[in-house]
Amino acid sequence: MRLRLAHLYPDVMNVYGDRGNVIALRHRCEARGIALDVRGPGIGDAFDPAECDLLVIGGGEDREQRRVAPDLAAKGPAIRAAIEAGLPALAVCGGFQLFGERYVDADGGVLPGIGLFRMETRHPGAGAARATGNVLVRTEFGEAVGFENHGGRTWLAQGQAPFGAVAVGRGNNGADGTEGARTANAIGTYLHGSLLPRNPAVADFLLGAALRRRYGAGAGLAPLDDAAERAARAEAGAIARRGKGEGAWRRLRGLAAGGWRRGD
Amino acid sequence: MNARIPLALGAARAAAALGRRLGRGGGTALPGLLAERIAPDAASALARPLAGGAVLVTGTNGKTTTARLLAGMLTAAGRPVVHNREGSNLTRGIVSALAAAADWRGRPRDARAIALMETDEAALPAAVRALRPRAAAFTNLFRDQLDRYGEVETVAARWREALALLPPDATLALNADDPAVAELALDWRGPVHWHSLAGARAGTGDPGPADARWCRACGAAYRYAARYAAHLGDWRCDGCGRARPVPDTAALAVERAPDGLRLDVSGLGETLLPLRGLYNAGNALAAVALARVLGLPPDAIRAGLAAARPAFGRGETVEFGGRRLRLLLCKNPAGATEALRLLAEDGAAEVAFLLNDRFADGRDVSWIWDAGFERLAGNVRRCRAGGDRAADAALRLRYAGWPAPASVTRSPAAFLDAVAAAPARDGPVDVLVTYTALLDLRAELSRRGAVAGAAVSG
Repeated sequence: MRLRLAHLYPDVMNVYGDRGNVIALRHRCEARGIALDVRGPGIGDAFDPAECDLLVIGGGEDREQRRVAPDLAAKGPAIRAAIEAGLPALAVCGGFQLFGERYVDADGGVLPGIGLFRMETRHPGAGAARATGNVLVRTEFGEAVGFENHGGRTWLAQGQAPFGAVAVGRGNNGADGTEGARTANAIGTYLHGSLLPRNPAVADFLLGAALRRRYGAGAGLAPLDDAAERAARAEAGAIARRGKGEGAWRRLRGLAAGGWRRGD
Repeated sequence: MNARIPLALGAARAAAALGRRLGRGGGTALPGLLAERIAPDAASALARPLAGGAVLVTGTNGKTTTARLLAGMLTAAGRPVVHNREGSNLTRGIVSALAAAADWRGRPRDARAIALMETDEAALPAAVRALRPRAAAFTNLFRDQLDRYGEVETVAARWREALALLPPDATLALNADDPAVAELALDWRGPVHWHSLAGARAGTGDPGPADARWCRACGAAYRYAARYAAHLGDWRCDGCGRARPVPDTAALAVERAPDGLRLDVSGLGETLLPLRGLYNAGNALAAVALARVLGLPPDAIRAGLAAARPAFGRGETVEFGGRRLRLLLCKNPAGATEALRLLAEDGAAEVAFLLNDRFADGRDVSWIWDAGFERLAGNVRRCRAGGDRAADAALRLRYAGWPAPASVTRSPAAFLDAVAAAPARDGPVDVLVTYTALLDLRAELSRRGAVAGAAVSG
């Protein structure tokens, strides 16, 4: 079997280890004898979503998002139609924001989104604190573990399903307890970390949906030994639950030992 | 002289003495932190009397090594130096170094000295304001510690802020190969000394993610005739014609030698640098550029390069249990990718990755997915994962196609036990390690009486 993955703007939208998601999808395909062809359409490249089985887009800084937004707007109607017809997709951080209706950046500039998720993201201004830290989210795939780092705050429209409910961290906006968005077989989220290596159930949801779409309802994924993934989930989960602080004592000890110099 | 300075210095000395007594090496941040609390202008008050002026070294990677190389050149030229040698690079670390070199009233013990300070990227504006440097080197700009800085662009904005505060006759030593550093010249009217790895061969394999893609002057995409690593290379903008500047100091050739690198530096001739890795050639050029800005004679520059030793965790080796550990600090994708390239060149067989996620490491470990561990798939015969995020490290190695880790251990003690359990004939272990994991490992090694090994890495 063979699946075709489109990794949109791989060189541009990749700021927080997003390519880890592609590495995880490839790893979980190869372990099952499924070939994964990865294409990376960039700005100005022709792209037909009908020619892929799975779509991934990562995050970028504001300047990258400004670059990508007009091109994504041109590709948007086809992407949106394909996802609404069942194409599985993962959009992380900046990509998630651009899969909404619009993104209002720190300077008040408006970037159009593709409108797949009914939501709007507003950056509260250059002086506002970023939402940064470990995150735990309760989702239909179990608890998702990751790290968030975003300036924009996302507000879902009435009726737009979230990816999950925040257990630890800020999530979409730090106020309403939602994290990410879910539509058809698409997931939007602020979680990097990267998301898929440590959350294999989410990776398998995307791969399973892609496989059934391509090879029929009978196509299924063989189970894998996920002991290493479970260990990483447990480790990250424990650290997230312990809180982002290191504790006053440890910091004082660190200072005595040379401070939080990082050297180099 | 500020009346608070003697009090601030007394507190700094007491803290340093306490740190030494606790076996913490004298502490490199707490003395300065206390002094700054008592006398907020301590840095400028202590630096002002130094006749040699101040020189700052900043950038994502290479600050410590570049500053140490320059310190060696200054020493060889007989010029006294005040240097935050241990790499404590926030203003508190700078104040600690200045305080240690002053008498109780705040007067320098040697008024001829030059203040050489490696400076954290984000602390640069404050350091420039306090020290009013005569020269500043910018080594490179990569994604790093984004949980603290937010975005790479935030750091670039800090640097532009610092340029506006620099004395107008200060000289910038800029890495011509890094377009993100080169664009600083767009905001600078004063003198610039460019350096470049012009004669180096382009890197092979995955160069890692680029953090500079578009020209800040016109917005067009950069193109490369040769790419060394990440976005470093022979770049050009087709939109406005900006291109890698003609270097004032260039490596005409960079060759691997058994015990380091053979560099042919313009105007210096062939020199042996006893450090490994192309990134250290870049560090050497930055140091040579600064040395030339300071007017050091070529003999002293050559002597400084030849006397180079790996800094703390930058390729230093430690003998332990009959095996040699080589410690390679890495904390961001660019640094890790370069370290992995070095391991591939050396044919490393046993490699450990110790990953922490404390404040000084960066709380976010997602950067490990941007580092090219895949490069060593098929080479590594045995690997180990360790640190607070040992399981994440293990997952990364596994997904990169490395063998299943022989040990996954959180504590440095358990890691060393696992290493010692293998026979000495298994040969050296290369240890990729994040900052606080390195501190912990060093502490455990010294508890066990392991000593720093040969000065030359490799």
